[in-house]
Amino acid sequence: MTFYKPLMTPEKKQELQELALRVREHIVRLSTDGGCFTGASLSCTDLLVYLYADFLNVHPGNLQDPERDYLFLSKGHDVPALYGVFAELGFMPKERLDNHLKTSDSIYWHPNRSVPGVEFHSGSLGHLPSVALGVALDARLRDQNQKVIVITGDGELNEGTCWEAVLVASAHKVNNLTFVVDRNHFQANIATEELIPLEPLAPKFEAFGAAVRRIDGHDFAALDEAFRALPFADDKPSVIICDTVRGKGLPSIERRADRWFCNFSADEVTELLKELHSQEATTLTSETLTVR
Amino acid sequence: MNYEQLIHETALADERLIVMTAENRALIRNLPGPLGRRFIDTGITEQTMIGAAAGLALRGRVPVVHALATFLTLRAFEFIRTDVGIPHLPVKISSFVPGFLSDGNGPTHQAIEDISLMRGIPGMTVFAAADEQDMLAMLPAIWASPDPAYVRVNTRPATYQHAPFEMGKAEVVSEGKDVTILTYGMLFEQALVAKDLLTQAGHSVGLVNLRSLKPLDTEAVLKVVRGGSLVVTLEDHFQTGGLYSIVAELLLENELTAKVLPLALKEKWYKPGRLSEVLEYEGFTGQHIARRIGEKLGDRAEQFAEKTKVQENIFAE
Repeated sequence: MTFYKPLMTPEKKQELQELALRVREHIVRLSTDGGCFTGASLSCTDLLVYLYADFLNVHPGNLQDPERDYLFLSKGHDVPALYGVFAELGFMPKERLDNHLKTSDSIYWHPNRSVPGVEFHSGSLGHLPSVALGVALDARLRDQNQKVIVITGDGELNEGTCWEAVLVASAHKVNNLTFVVDRNHFQANIATEELIPLEPLAPKFEAFGAAVRRIDGHDFAALDEAFRALPFADDKPSVIICDTVRGKGLPSIERRADRWFCNFSADEVTELLKELHSQEATTLTSETLTVR
Repeated sequence: MNYEQLIHETALADERLIVMTAENRALIRNLPGPLGRRFIDTGITEQTMIGAAAGLALRGRVPVVHALATFLTLRAFEFIRTDVGIPHLPVKISSFVPGFLSDGNGPTHQAIEDISLMRGIPGMTVFAAADEQDMLAMLPAIWASPDPAYVRVNTRPATYQHAPFEMGKAEVVSEGKDVTILTYGMLFEQALVAKDLLTQAGHSVGLVNLRSLKPLDTEAVLKVVRGGSLVVTLEDHFQTGGLYSIVAELLLENELTAKVLPLALKEKWYKPGRLSEVLEYEGFTGQHIARRIGEKLGDRAEQFAEKTKVQENIFAE
């Protein structure tokens, strides 16, 4: 039995946009004093905001409930977006973000389960599609009807294990599992299509046996329409390809191959926080291409 | 001279050399242009990269492959063992951010079993550089050798003027009557600090930069053991399988015993953070190393603090 809520109202959309802006502020504040993977975090911010604030049945009160929905973040380097959402929605105190990269806490460049809401640690790419598959298989064994979502990057799709998980999910007709691709068109150093071209991407997943939709990953109404329609087929896993912009929200780093890992100066952070609101690019002087 | 310049020069002089990466371009960012088709970026596909390197080597090439240490040694382990190890192909593995050098990434990125895994492959040679100068000294010989090789890359600036590299030979910095620190890789920098502190405390301190874990300079290590001092095995590696195990194996083979203090990661991943904080938290700054050794030598903590001048942590990010 699927319950369809009304299409997204303008009020709801505005609420999500405001929440996404606050999450992006957290990401910018984490991009200093050692830095973080800023661009990849900004590309999936709207997706994570939508899922946690409006779609998934998971909240600070039901994290132990075996029938909650599961979200697995396989592209773990975008953890600032996840933690920003968690801080805003009460999974963790906002102050905990001040402990970024401190050995007194466990807030570092990849997710780990010391933070409530993180279902599994990640950082090594191509792992969580299979972990999510296992959880989805168990949910089906137990006749539970929760949704299991796994978010991968697009560069991450270079790893063969991502495709093995789709093949196996298709073979076993795991329709409660959804692979979501944050298609921001870049991997660490370079545009995906210049290195290991992925397009045409949707037909690849279809050829592997999945039911696929492709949407604008920054459009809350489009996200809502796609996720409410899950599963796309009764006998297949689903795939949602979210076209996004790496660095979304900061014009000065948007779509820039050289702004992967960012470690800004304090002054730059001040300017970038203004940029989030004004959408006017600022001048950056910090080192680019820091690689971790 | 830096890593990129060295590999560039070597590739120009030797057309067998192929530079490969699984989209880890940190050290070879400017090479796609100059090397053209001899620069091969396979994307985030460590297993496929190693397999392809084996294929290239089968045809007479010497591939130098690049990726993060964990993903190379763990994800692609079977490909290294089976496709490179079994046929003994000259694939050269440049392993980025091994050990403590992956600082804030977390356990997924901590290569602290790499020495153990790589040395377990028959015919594989294994090296660790104390710093950039040490690494540049060893790479030409490693790349020229017919053997497969694993190298812990380290681009940190040198704080010590290293001796020329000789295959299979350790660098003996000093000999000591009370204690000898055996180490490799980035902790050499901290070991130098510890050596100074312990010397100030009145101890006779030896220090050996092993450089090559396999082949091991057994002569140098046996000389230390036979000298009778406390032997410290210092490493950013699990205590099992690395230098401590190497020394234990050597002692057993030679029917020797020694007093050995292992300073390593015992059954744990390390706490992620900024590099200086990691060393502080895990007890691997020069000060902590000296204190831990001093305790073993019988220095009481307060005595030790008194005898050694309080030094600022000279470690810089």
